[in-house]
Amino acid sequence: MKNAPLPLKNLIRKPGRTTALVLLTAFLALAVFGGSVIILSLRTGLRSLEARLGADIILVPSEAQSKISFQNMFLQGTTGAFYMDAAVTDKAMGVPGVEKTAPQTFLASLKADCCSVKIQVIGIDPEKDFTVQPWIARSLTGELGDMDVVTGCRVEAGIGEIIRIYDQRCKVVARLEPTGTGLDTAVYCNMGTMNTLLAAAEAKGVSHKISSGDDSVVSAVYVKVKDGYDIDTVNSALTGKLRKVTAVRTRSMITGVSDSLAGISRTVTTMVIVIWALALIILMLAYILIVRERSREFAVLRLIGASGNMLGRMALTESAVCGLAGGLVGTGLAAIGVFSFSALIESSLGLPYLLPDPGTLLLLAAGTVILSAAVSALASAFAAWRLSRVNPGTALREGN
Amino acid sequence: MLLRADHISKTFFRSTGSANYFYAVSPLSMEIAPGTVTVLTGRSGSGKTTLLNMLSGILEPTEGKVWADDTDLYGLKDAALSRFRNDRIGVVSQARSAVDTLTVAENILLPAKLYGKTPPEEETRYWMKAFEIAPLADAMPKELSGGELRRMAIIRALVQDPDVLFADEPTGDLDDENTKKVLSALHAFAHERNRAVFIVTHENEAVKYADRLFRMEKGQIMQPESE
Repeated sequence: MKNAPLPLKNLIRKPGRTTALVLLTAFLALAVFGGSVIILSLRTGLRSLEARLGADIILVPSEAQSKISFQNMFLQGTTGAFYMDAAVTDKAMGVPGVEKTAPQTFLASLKADCCSVKIQVIGIDPEKDFTVQPWIARSLTGELGDMDVVTGCRVEAGIGEIIRIYDQRCKVVARLEPTGTGLDTAVYCNMGTMNTLLAAAEAKGVSHKISSGDDSVVSAVYVKVKDGYDIDTVNSALTGKLRKVTAVRTRSMITGVSDSLAGISRTVTTMVIVIWALALIILMLAYILIVRERSREFAVLRLIGASGNMLGRMALTESAVCGLAGGLVGTGLAAIGVFSFSALIESSLGLPYLLPDPGTLLLLAAGTVILSAAVSALASAFAAWRLSRVNPGTALREGN
Repeated sequence: MLLRADHISKTFFRSTGSANYFYAVSPLSMEIAPGTVTVLTGRSGSGKTTLLNMLSGILEPTEGKVWADDTDLYGLKDAALSRFRNDRIGVVSQARSAVDTLTVAENILLPAKLYGKTPPEEETRYWMKAFEIAPLADAMPKELSGGELRRMAIIRALVQDPDVLFADEPTGDLDDENTKKVLSALHAFAHERNRAVFIVTHENEAVKYADRLFRMEKGQIMQPESE
């Protein structure tokens, strides 16, 4: 401490003043880091949803939209099921412009003794699937065998554990990476397992049979359109050819989410800007008042030979150190808040929400800290300029 | 170093009264030579402190020049003038002049520390002992009395070892014993080290230590009262 530079001594030996400045800057950093993480998480979530859907068009039974909000199923993990004839998969392949199709069958487990957890079970055909299979392949090296399941990251079951679905024992063989969407609460299995589960559910009174009485059903068919084909045209062709089936463009789903995201982004950005503007004004006023309060101290320094620039540098250094400390505190607090309550934020926003990768977060944190130090120094710049012009004789006489 | 004021004056703006500007110090010339103690007396508001500030490089005169040997003090840029003051001019202000965030010892060594000079620690200890504030080395200024703060400011100027030492009411808060101690220290500093000392005071005791005595009235220097 004895040999510490003067600005540091000034900060340490005036703890009240220093704490106030640090807290003010911390508030600023908290708003920036917290706001930025939320916006980035929403964007990352949207990208993840786009990637996970992986299809241009989704075919669902016509009554699906009235039974359950298709969007909520993907975004919030609402469970539900609807069925149509499995032949839709092959029929869709016959439509010009369709490159590939992938069926999925849904089954909602019950909150009852027969089921460990209430979840959405999704059956896929690993050979045909181009939507979930690439993600499963990242987590599972082997094949997805019968009565094996892959869980979303938010299903509370570890690898190797057994979960019961309609009294059927399914083994968790892998867990998927987070998507920030409702898909994180789903469980995936192959069609063989799904047929077993559908039969078990039927036995419990949960029917999957369609009006034709056919047992071979799917819930949705994901369609990839060939390059060079207009997706809307293919969409119309599919709607025309397939009865009692609705073709939904994935982009229209994404657009809704994207619009909500843009709205939230705008709100958060506006709030951050307002907080920054207010904090900047408060900081500037605080520094001006501090300089006035310290005018005698600065006059003494001038008296013993400190130049105006030296005093200016000293004031800038002090404010930058306060800004740096405030940046660290604010970013730390924001990180604790945003990471601890990410599930709550996600559920209250009702949008795909996925934290960016650690590298991006670190970069953002470093940027926020540097920005806080720079803004703090900027806020004190006017005060520092006034300091550089202080006349020791006058200042000492005024402070006498 | 010979310090020379050449027709310097200072006017200040005044918003009341008939004239907008008034002379705090009317044009005057004087020399402050090494090895002498110059004492300036006068009533409050007569312009003594303004003159001291102009001579010490703190306050630029409205007219005239201050020469330190061949250097035009106010012809220097702020950085150079500040360094010059730190190297060659010591000032004991009339006002309380401590940096509150530094200890007494740190305050005394601050002029050296500002420009990375070797801190005169030995000399500081000597003067702190002589002025009876050695036990307060690690105390903070707010813990000191007015007299102790005054002695701290004088030691700070002395250990700076300037060519010219300006002291504005250096004995203002001191008792008789300490007044004598301080005045004889300043006298010895001038004569033993061949430095110039310029004292502004109301204190009659100071007159005894003066080699040159001036009186100031209404911004004007009266003829030297003694040589």
